Amino acid sequence: MSTIGSEITKAGTAGTAPVRSSMWRQAARRLLKNRLAMLGLAVVVFMFAFCFIGPLFSPYTDNKIHLAQMNKPPSPQHWLGTDALGRDVLTRVMQAGRISLTVGLASMVLSVFIGSLLGAIAGYFRGICDQIIMRLADLLLTIPGLPLLFILGALLSDWKVPTEYRMYIVMLMLSLVNWPGLARMVRGEVLSLREREFMQAATVLGLRNRRKLFNHLLPNLVPLIIVIASLNVGGAILSESVLSFFGLGVMPPTPTWGNMIDSANNMIDFQKRPWLWIPPGFSIFATVIAINIFGDGLRDVLDPRPRK
Amino acid sequence: MSDLLEIDRLKVYFDTREGTVKAVDDVSLRVRRGETVCIVGESGCGKSITAMSIMGLVGSNAAAGPFVDGQIRFDGRNLLRLDRNELRTIRGREIAMIFQEPMTSLNPVLPIGEQIMEPLIEHLKLSRKAARARAIELIRKVGISRPEQIAKSYPHELSGGMLQRIMIAIAISCNPKLLIADEPTTALDVTIQAQILDMMRQFKADSNMSILLITHDLGVVAEMADYVVVMYSGKVVEEGEVVELFTNPKHPYTRGLLKSKPVINQRQDELYSIPGQVPNPLELRPSCYFHERCERCMDVCRTREPRLREVGDNGKVACWLYEEAVVHA
Repeated sequence: MSTIGSEITKAGTAGTAPVRSSMWRQAARRLLKNRLAMLGLAVVVFMFAFCFIGPLFSPYTDNKIHLAQMNKPPSPQHWLGTDALGRDVLTRVMQAGRISLTVGLASMVLSVFIGSLLGAIAGYFRGICDQIIMRLADLLLTIPGLPLLFILGALLSDWKVPTEYRMYIVMLMLSLVNWPGLARMVRGEVLSLREREFMQAATVLGLRNRRKLFNHLLPNLVPLIIVIASLNVGGAILSESVLSFFGLGVMPPTPTWGNMIDSANNMIDFQKRPWLWIPPGFSIFATVIAINIFGDGLRDVLDPRPRK
Repeated sequence: MSDLLEIDRLKVYFDTREGTVKAVDDVSLRVRRGETVCIVGESGCGKSITAMSIMGLVGSNAAAGPFVDGQIRFDGRNLLRLDRNELRTIRGREIAMIFQEPMTSLNPVLPIGEQIMEPLIEHLKLSRKAARARAIELIRKVGISRPEQIAKSYPHELSGGMLQRIMIAIAISCNPKLLIADEPTTALDVTIQAQILDMMRQFKADSNMSILLITHDLGVVAEMADYVVVMYSGKVVEEGEVVELFTNPKHPYTRGLLKSKPVINQRQDELYSIPGQVPNPLELRPSCYFHERCERCMDVCRTREPRLREVGDNGKVACWLYEEAVVHA
C-alpha cells in the first residue's frame, strides 16, 4: 500500500476497534439483568437441586410402605404427610421430580436433535429431501398429539413393557410427537437464511455443503433452537404428567408427578387430603412456568444480531 | 499465454410469467492475466448477472433456473460445464468475489477470524492453528490494527469500511487468480472507497491477480481499469482501453455517461442526465436498445440491431453510427 494510503488506513481504524467481550459473556451479562428470567432460572435450579439432591437427606425411601402411617397429614416427621400406603409424600415428590425432569430433558434433547437436523436438511437441500421429511412431519402433525400418545401408551401396556423401561419408551414417544413442529420451524428459518447474502458468500468461497450447513446455518439457528428447546422441556414435562395421570405413561410404583396426582384422583383424597395432590401439582406448575420464563429470557439475550 | 477468463457469447435468460427476460444477451469479454477489467452500466443492465454466472451462482439458486448458454472459460476450463465439486475447488481458491454489501455478506453469528479461516482450511488444507495465524496476518495486511481482537469480534461490531476490508482479506486469502468485485465500494463513503480501491490495486500488483470490477461509478473506473466494457440492457455496447474510452467515447450511451459525470471546479447548474428510461427487458424488439434515448438516433436504429465491431485500436462498439455502409448510404 502506498504510504499515504497506509497512514489513512491506520488513522481510520485506530479509534474504532471495539471493546471485546465474547458473545456468551455479553449474553450472560444481559441475562443477569433480566430479573424475571433469573427468577425462572432460580426456580429451575431449585427444582433440580430439590429433586436430585433432596432425597439424599430424606430418612425415607419412595416406595417403603408403612401401613401404620397411612394418610397422615403433614407433621414434623412427614413434612408433606403420607399417602394411602404410608409412603412419605415429600420423598416421593422429589423422586417423582427426578423422573419427570429427566423425561422432559431427555425427550427435549432427542426431539430437538431430530427436529433441527431434519428441518435443517429439508430447508437447506430442498427438493426430494424436503418433500420426504416434511410430508412425514405433516403426517405426524395431522394426528393430534395427545390421542397419538394415548394409543402408543395403550399399546405399551398391551405389550407388557416392563415398568423400568417405560420411562425410556415414554421419552421416545414424546420426542416422536414433538419433532415435526420443531422441524417445521427450523426449516422455515433455514429457508430464509439460505437466501441471505452471507450464504451466497459462503458458496462463493467454495465451502462444502456440510460446512455451510453446520458452520454457517446452525449457529444462526441457535437462538431459535434454544427457545424451542426450553418451551419443549416444559411441554414434555406436561405431556408426561398427562400420560402418567391417565395411567399410560410411567407406571406406579415408580413415582412421577403425573401418576401421584392420578393416585389422589378420588373425592376423598381431593377433599380431605390436599397434601397428596397439591405438592406434585405445584411442582409441575412451578417447573413448567419457570422453564418457559427462562427460555424467553434466553431468547432475548442470545440473539447476536444487533438489537433494534 | 491464453487469457485468464474468456466469456464467449454468454446468454442468461429468465423465463417469467410475462415473457422471457434476456438479462445477459450474447455478452463476450475477456480478462487477461494481471489486468483490471471494469464492467460499467446502470442498474439492471446485466453486469451483476454476468459476474454471478462466472461464479456459477445463476441457476443453482432459483427453483426454475434460467436458461444459460455460451461459454465461460477460466484457465482453459469451461465453468458452465463443471460439476459441483470441480466448481467448489475453483470458487474461493482461484476466483474470489467481493460483494456490494459488506454488512450482509458476513455471517452475523460467526467471529470474523473464523470466517477468514474457513477458505484456508477448506482449500489450502491448513490446520486450525495455522489458519488462525494466517487469518490474523491477513487482517493486519488489510490495514486493521489490533488484528487479534478483531478476529474475535462479530460483524456487527465493525464498521462497513472495516468489514469490506475483511471481505477483501477473505477474498485474497487463497491468492486467487481472479478477483470479481461486484460494486465493492457502493455501500461505503467516499474516503473509505479510495482506501478500498487503493488496497485492491496494491494486492493486484503484489500477486499478479486479475480483477473484474463491476461498477456504475465512472470515477472508480478511471482509477482502476485497464480495459472497460460498457453494458446496456444485457448487451455490450462499447469496450476499449480505459484512456481511449474516456478521451474518445464512441457510443452515444458512453458519451452520455461521461457527460453526466460532475467535473470538479466547474459550476454546473444541473448535471446532465441521459433522457428517458432503461427499456423494459420484456419489450425489447430487434433494434438498438438505446435508440429511444439516443440523441443521434437514425431510422435503422429502430429496426435493426447493431453488431459489436472493432473500431480504432483495440476498441469495439455496437452502434450504427460506426457502420460505414449505413452512414455513407
